[in-house]
Formats: sequence, C-alpha cells, structure tokens
Amino acid sequence: MTTNKKPSAGAATAMKDNSQLRQKQMIAEHFSRLAVAPQTGDKAVYTFVPGNLTELLRCFDLLPVLPEINALQSAMRGKSRDYISAAEKLGHSEDVCTYVKCDLGMMKSGNIGPTGERLPDPDLLLLSYTGCFTFLKWFEILREEYDSPVAMLHVPYQADGQITDSMRNYVVEQLREKVIPELERVSGKKYDEDRLKELLARSAQAEDDLVWVLESAKHRPSPIDAYFGGVYYIGPIFTAFRGTQDAVEYYRELREEVQERLDAGLGPVTPDGEMGEERFRIVVEGPPNWTSFREFWKMFADEGAVVVCSTYTKVGGVYDTGFRHDPERPLETLADYCMGCYTNLNLPSRVEMLTRNIEDYDADGLLINSIKSCNSFSAGQLMILREVESRTGKPGGFIESDLVDPRYFSAANIKNRLESYFQMIEQKRSGGAR
Amino acid sequence: MNYCVGIDLGSTTTKAVILGDSGEILGRGITNSRSSYKVACDVALSEALIDARFGLVAAELDRSGMAGERKTEALAALERRFREQQYRNHLRQFDERVRDRVAGRHPAGELPLYKTETPDEPSEDLSKAIDWILTQMEDETKGLYAAGASRKSDFFRDLCGGRYLALAEEAARATGASFDKLAGLFDKVILEVENLPSESDDFQVHVRAALDGFERPDKELGRAVDHAAGLALESSANVGTGYGRQTLPFPKEQIRSEILCHGLGAHSMFPETRTVLDIGGQDTKAIQVDGEGIVTSFQMNDRCAAGCGRYLGYIADEMNLGVHELGPLACKASRTVRINSTCTVFAGAELRERLSLGEKREDILAGLHRAIILRAMSLLARSGGVSDQFTFTGGVAKNEAAVAALSQLVRENFGDVAINISPDSIYTGALGAALFARREWLRGDNGDGGSPS
Repeated sequence: MTTNKKPSAGAATAMKDNSQLRQKQMIAEHFSRLAVAPQTGDKAVYTFVPGNLTELLRCFDLLPVLPEINALQSAMRGKSRDYISAAEKLGHSEDVCTYVKCDLGMMKSGNIGPTGERLPDPDLLLLSYTGCFTFLKWFEILREEYDSPVAMLHVPYQADGQITDSMRNYVVEQLREKVIPELERVSGKKYDEDRLKELLARSAQAEDDLVWVLESAKHRPSPIDAYFGGVYYIGPIFTAFRGTQDAVEYYRELREEVQERLDAGLGPVTPDGEMGEERFRIVVEGPPNWTSFREFWKMFADEGAVVVCSTYTKVGGVYDTGFRHDPERPLETLADYCMGCYTNLNLPSRVEMLTRNIEDYDADGLLINSIKSCNSFSAGQLMILREVESRTGKPGGFIESDLVDPRYFSAANIKNRLESYFQMIEQKRSGGAR
Repeated sequence: MNYCVGIDLGSTTTKAVILGDSGEILGRGITNSRSSYKVACDVALSEALIDARFGLVAAELDRSGMAGERKTEALAALERRFREQQYRNHLRQFDERVRDRVAGRHPAGELPLYKTETPDEPSEDLSKAIDWILTQMEDETKGLYAAGASRKSDFFRDLCGGRYLALAEEAARATGASFDKLAGLFDKVILEVENLPSESDDFQVHVRAALDGFERPDKELGRAVDHAAGLALESSANVGTGYGRQTLPFPKEQIRSEILCHGLGAHSMFPETRTVLDIGGQDTKAIQVDGEGIVTSFQMNDRCAAGCGRYLGYIADEMNLGVHELGPLACKASRTVRINSTCTVFAGAELRERLSLGEKREDILAGLHRAIILRAMSLLARSGGVSDQFTFTGGVAKNEAAVAALSQLVRENFGDVAINISPDSIYTGALGAALFARREWLRGDNGDGGSPS
C-alpha cells in the first residue's frame, strides 16, 4: 500500500494515507483561493451541506463556502468555545443551534477559516435547504450582517416517503426561475447546461467510488470506520468539490487504498494507529461530537467497536437506494438530490433505512448520538430506536452530546453509557447466563 | 472456604457482596468512606467479610441446637459489642491524632493549626476543650451501644462527627476556644482515620473483646465464634462496578458496567423483574431486562444529576434535617406542594420561598419527593416504560415517601404493576457484580484468586 506512514505503526501521531494528503491539499487550495477572492474577483457563495447544489455553483465558477463545515472545523481546532461565547455575548441564547453560534462568533472574530486565512464576505447566500428551519434564521442574520442577497430554494419534505413529479417540478422551476438567474447575475456568466452535465458526470463517477468505499464495511473485519473515518471520506463530496476532477481522483485513490486494506484483511486505522480486533459492529445515527472527536472515537476503538454504517455520512445526500447524479436530467437530478438528503426523509423511511443497514452490514445494533443542537436529526430518535430494535431484534443504545459546544460533551457519562451498551451486546450475544 | 466478591463503588457509598461456594450470599458490607477508592473498597470488603463471619456464627449456633429468642439475643448482643469495639478502636485512632495536632505535631505537608511556630499559649484553651470533648465521647460509648439504644448511622464518620461537633460547640462556649479550629481539627483527622487500612484480624480481635464483655459467657456462643473466626476465607473471583469502577484495582475484564450489574442483581433478588429503576447518589438508571436478567435497554440521566440521591442530601441540609428523616416527615403530608424547579439549587430556593409563604414542611417535602420521581418517570418512559414486575433499587428506595410517590405515578401511567423493594436494595449493584464474578469463576477465567485489595 502506498502510504506515508511513520515507521512505527500504532504511534500517537496520525497516519495519513495519500488520499488524506490529497484532501488536505484540495482544502488548502480552496481556502487560498477564497482568501484572495476580493483581489482576483472570484465570487463566494455561502450555502449549506444537505442536498447542496455544488455542481451548479461550479458551473458558474462560483466558490462555495459552507458555514456548517467551518463551525465543525473550528470545534476540531478547539476554537468553538470562544466563538460560541462571542455569539452569546451578542444576545444569542444558550438554546440556539451551536453551529450557528460558532459561525457567528467566528465571523465576529475576523472570519478566519480553518486554514488560518480570512474568508471573503458572501456575494450571495444560497439557502439551498429549507428542511432545517434554523438555516432560514441563520441566513437571515448573515443577510443583515453582510447586506448580501439571498437566493432561496424551497425544498419540499418527503412527508409520504417519496419524491413525486410535482415536487420535482416545483424544485426545478425554482432552480430555473430563481436560483439560476441569481447565479448568472452574481457571476456575470450565462448558464451553460453542457458544462453542468460534464460536472454531473464527474459527480456520478466519484459517487460510485464513495459508495463502494462505504459498502466495503460489509466485510469482516470492516476495513473502514464508516462514522469517525466516514466523516473524512464524505468531506470532498459533500462540500465544495463534487463535480471536480480533484474529487474524482480523490475517491479513486481512496477506493484503491481501501481495496488494499481489504486484500490484507486489515481493520480500520484510528488516530492512534491500527485498530485491534473487531468486537462490535455498530450502526450509528446522528452527527458526531466535534469538540472531543478523537476522545469520542477512542471510546469506540478501545472497546473494539467499529461503526460499519452511519446516517451522518448521508447528510449531504443519500446514495443507499441507487441515486447517482444523472447528467442526462441535470436540473431534475439536482432536485432529486436536494429532496433525497437524509434529514429530508420522514421517520418511517429513516426506520426502514436503518433496519436495512443493520441487516446489510450484519451489525450488532443501532446506537444513537442525540444532538442537543440539531432537531432535524434528533426529533423522533427514541421512536426510531424502539422501532429498529423491535424490527431487528438487535439492542439499541442512546447517548447525548452536542455538535460544537464543549459544555455538552460529558466524557464520563458518555463513556459509561457506551461501555454499558457494548457490554449489553456482549451479554446478549453470549446468552447472558454463562 | 472460597468466595466471590462484587464491589459497587458508588458516588456516596461503596458496597461489597460476597457469595459462597454455591452462590448463596455470605455477607454484605458498606462504607461511606469517599476519600480514597482503594480504601473504600477495602473497608466495604472487610465489612462484608465480618458480616459473613457473623452469618457463620449464626449457622454454627443452628447446628448446636440453639434457637429462638435465645439465639437472636445472643447474636444481637455479640454484634452490638463487636460494633462497640470497632467504634472504640476508631475513636482511639481519632483521639491520638487530634491530640497530636493540638500538641503541634502535624503530618508533613499539612498546614499547622497555628500560624506561629510556638503554639503553646493559644493551644491552652484548645487543649482543654479537646480534653473535655474526647473524654465525653469516650464516656458516652457504652450508652451508644447499650441494648435498645438507637444510632443515627452505622458509619464512624457520622457517629463521631455528630457528637464531636455538638460537644465542640458547647466547649467553645465554655472555654473560649475557637469553634472553627475545633471543627477544622475534625475535618482533617476524620479523613485520616477513614483512610487507615482495615486490619485483616479485625474480626478476630474485636469479637474476642466482645465476648469478654459478656457477664455470663455462653459456651455455645463461644464455640460458634471460635469456629467462625478460625475458618479461612479465600477470594476466588472479583468483579467491580459503579461510578468509580475505572479506579478499582481490577483488570479491565473484571469490571462491569453498573447498568448490567443492577439488571442482574435485581433479577437475582426478584426473578420476575422486567423493569429496574435505580436511584443512586448521582445517577438515575431506568433499565429493562429480559427473563434471564439480561439488559435489553436503558436510559440514564446525563449532564445533570438533579433528582438523584444527593438532591435529597442537599434538601436535608437546607432543612437542617438528617437525610433519613426526610421520608418519614414527607409521609405526614396532608397535601403535596407542587415543586416546579428541576434544578437542585433552584428547588432549594423554591423550598425557602414556600416555607416563607407558610406552607408546611411535610407538604413541601412531599412535593420534592414527587419532583424527584417525576424525573425518574421520564427516564423510565424513554427506556421503554414499566413492565411487570418492577424493581426499585438504590439508596433512595429506602425512602418511603419516594416509594409512595413512585407507586402512585407508576400506577397512574402503567397500571397495576408489582413493585419490588428489597431491604437490601442498596446492594443490588454489588450483588450483580458478585454474580458476574461467580460466572467468571465457574468458567475458570478469573484465575488470580487474589482479593481485590
């Protein structure tokens, strides 16, 4: 395998595969371009992850900025506590989504992005997902702050568990009549559908490789961790890079690396080195905690628990049922992608998806990390847990934390619950008595 | 004789249960020592072993044919005298250390009682006061353990502290010594006394002294004691659990989550148990178990420990009552005052406000108990509800007002469900741990054979 490992496996320093180095490079270049955008004339569009319209933005050479990603990056760099208190000083209550507060605090502290460079002001706020009401409020605040125009795409909820033609037409119409004209105005470029098709074809290629990587976890042992490792794998596809050649190459390389791990019969790599024996295979619902990401991961890895499938890696878009961006139906496929993202699914669809995941990945059970900040994920989770438990007969576990507010990660409690959960699985497996 | 140990290192008390060769409970021990997990663990275990030896004495008396009231009385008297010996021993240790400090001899690293290096003059009052306090305490011991005397706690810290501080107040008034200094002395010394290693021959030494105290020593009793004291007890397996389990001196395989231990412990006490509620010092657990005692689902409080045992401790302090007095007082309520605060500190404020409005203490207390149980009800609902039979465990299960509120709310929400409460419910987690230890031992995995200390 072609890696840049330090010679001693298991060393505390993180080992980086080539794909990881490539991703880092992609991000660095993107943020460098953003940093000099005011000078080069590049335009920045702030937008959201769920069902994002990256190909459409790229089609106009617009640069996406994702405030959610900036917030989680701030948390991983230990800056979210200060940013959140800066936002609370401005009057935002303790109960407001901490992504919002972290982003506002970052903005008020000079808008320095994850690479240490300043982010440009938005030339447009593209509110591409309305399934989360907080997103509306978030961009309302940014609109006041930056006096920036907003393009809003209203995304119908899949209340009946499916996308109907009228829903699709409704979104396409908005794309055609509201979003595209606004993008033309901001970029000064005409909409070029052939170019969009090229981008979408590259998306589909990258998506095939991503899905292959995520599904590699069906093997025993799983060569990847589909939650803690998974959040790195979804980075390029759910942020600024879907549709680019870089993304195609990143996923091809990642796939080759995972194939090599599979061939060698290896388990996942953790920040502390190769994981030991795979003792538990878990499906996880809900975003991870970002402030104590490594500590959280270690609580799993130390117990030999591998996350074989997670819903968080479907937060940008769901590929489970075969969806790939289709260059032949450019606007329709964007509409389907938007409406198909995980939090836009109704509860019965989520239950079905999780039940199928547990079966397909031969998992030991479903664990929910319920996030205080995120109603889009958290509402209805206990019902989901009970229902999936009864359909699969596999035990469920429930822990609570937050996205980026370190005050809501109680390590001792979470560790206690996780250990109890893993021991419960073990006890159940061994028939309890002996 | 071999035994298996389960230790539950809780946030308020540490419990130990030991099981005999055929899985029967040999003994239970509890301590409120919190300053060192290691010591708490040792003390709880040695208390459980003492309890086991008393059990052996009783069994031996059965064999000798002694029965009925005669046996009960003999055993009660023996145990009372034994506890008196234990108390005297602790008091001696306490006495020595207090006097050392008054004389200016304090352990390295500890701040001296006086800022000056010549303590002679200011210690005059103090030393007189101490002399009087300690003599009083020594004199009171006999009465404390007289037949029929009631003690507010079985823990040395509580017994000694209650009397010492009351006497210190008197002494301060009479001699002009500083009460703060006297109280400070207690705080320092009690930690040290609690942390003294428990001697393995505790039982031997104290039981003999206890026997010597009998006016007409009973031959059968003497023989039974000889037998029980002489029996070698060997630990064959141990498992730890509880809030502090990570700090137990056991390898990882010998540590179990308290959720699993409470589930199994409750199943063992009441085999028909399907739902378990445990309210401990700082956490509340709602657990669902199957017919084998295997946990199928659970919920715990997170981030906030309002509504746990310590909440009652705080309320007791606010009302200047002992925590054991709360339940009986609340049971006298004629109505239940509604308490809205879920936060312990706010509930304290609400309590004061209600008192100032003229509400009766018992009515407010009934409301506070209901408030605790309402929080537990939410956890129960989230864990999957309450199924027949329902077992209530943990320290709070000893509080009759909490039990009354729980019974009412369970009936209202889940219909008629049998509610089990064992007098030994505080040992549920330790019992579960001991059962796990026994399983490991039967499987031959827990081969160290050593005691956890």
